[in-house]
Amino acid sequence: MAARQKVLVLYLATSALDTPVIGWARYDGTGESRPMTGDADVPPYKTGVDALRDGWRLIQASPLVSHVSGEEFRTDYLKYEFFFEQWQSFEPSP
Amino acid sequence: MNRGLGLTTLQMAAFVARGFLVFEGVVPEALNARFLGQLRAPGGDSEDNLGEAYNRLLHNPSIPKISPGTRLPDCFQPDDCLHEILDLAVVKGAIKSLVGSAPVFDHHFLHLTLGASREALRTAKAASQHNHQDSTIDPRQAFDIQMFYFPQAVTVEMGGTRYIPGSHLRRVSEAAIARYQNLLGQQQVVCPAGSIYVFHMGLWHGAGLNQSSEDRYLYKIRLGPNEPQVRLWNDVDLVTQPNAPRPIFWTDPSQQDDPIASQLMALEPWFEADTGRLELINRLKLWRYLTGDAKADIDYWLTRVENEWG
Repeated sequence: MAARQKVLVLYLATSALDTPVIGWARYDGTGESRPMTGDADVPPYKTGVDALRDGWRLIQASPLVSHVSGEEFRTDYLKYEFFFEQWQSFEPSP
Repeated sequence: MNRGLGLTTLQMAAFVARGFLVFEGVVPEALNARFLGQLRAPGGDSEDNLGEAYNRLLHNPSIPKISPGTRLPDCFQPDDCLHEILDLAVVKGAIKSLVGSAPVFDHHFLHLTLGASREALRTAKAASQHNHQDSTIDPRQAFDIQMFYFPQAVTVEMGGTRYIPGSHLRRVSEAAIARYQNLLGQQQVVCPAGSIYVFHMGLWHGAGLNQSSEDRYLYKIRLGPNEPQVRLWNDVDLVTQPNAPRPIFWTDPSQQDDPIASQLMALEPWFEADTGRLELINRLKLWRYLTGDAKADIDYWLTRVENEWG
């Protein structure tokens, strides 16, 4: 039985996994769904911990980075990014 | 000081805080129809893919080829639809308030998104556009504006431009943010014909997927300032240093609301808890630039960190 990966990226309000989801992205290696930008206004989970409870496995969390002197107020990319995965059995087409 | 036509101080505060302003249905229907009529093929649009459509549109004289750096008053002929649209009092007032009365033309473009029936012929994998910030990393305090003109009514199914309120002050590199599929509070253009959206150059956005049967047209023009962007709006009610700044945190529930301060301090739902405060500081820096008051502040955000005695 082959397997395919599903990826969920959650952006949280702080570095803590139990804080609210403010942004999200999904990628589906099974091909069963085709997520795209702007496809939902409601997050799939309220917090990162809710994703864990639903069976997602955390595989990466963004580190906390010191602020560059003189650039302390600069804002750019979302800071609290968490990657999750699920593996799903997959029956390849004959 | 400016007492003429133009944006109000509250509209300017909204632009500083959220990075956009919306003017719904301000272009008269006859002008919308004339503009669209000049763009559409004489026998009706028939191309099955965007390449064929742009081969026709790029030869259309109703959208002239203009060198970047040209002053806006020198860009269009008086009988051009685009001249008439940009000369409408509300549009002219917004331009003047944000980038001055003779701003610099950067570029313009006609965006066409084919209706689903014909887009499906081109590819079965059509998707919405990723979120991005236009141009490239731009560390200026001065800013350009991008005006989006929708000559036809845009429905939800037509996949009008998606945009992220409050994202304009984040310094990112164009499509580096493509991974951010959805953010709390994201919005999508749904509007009547003749609507104009004015974006700060940094506002994150992307085109939606057109799932309707109708082709969607969007004309965009980018304009830069040709003078300091200081108090160019109808600033009659501007007060940057009130005699008694409003208390913070421990506040009087019966205190009368200051709409300008409240607008500038309103957080977006997608802000991180700590970064949201940095957004407020960056808004206040932009407010100082626009008002010309180097001491302007709200809720003590800048004054506190400037109280340096070392």
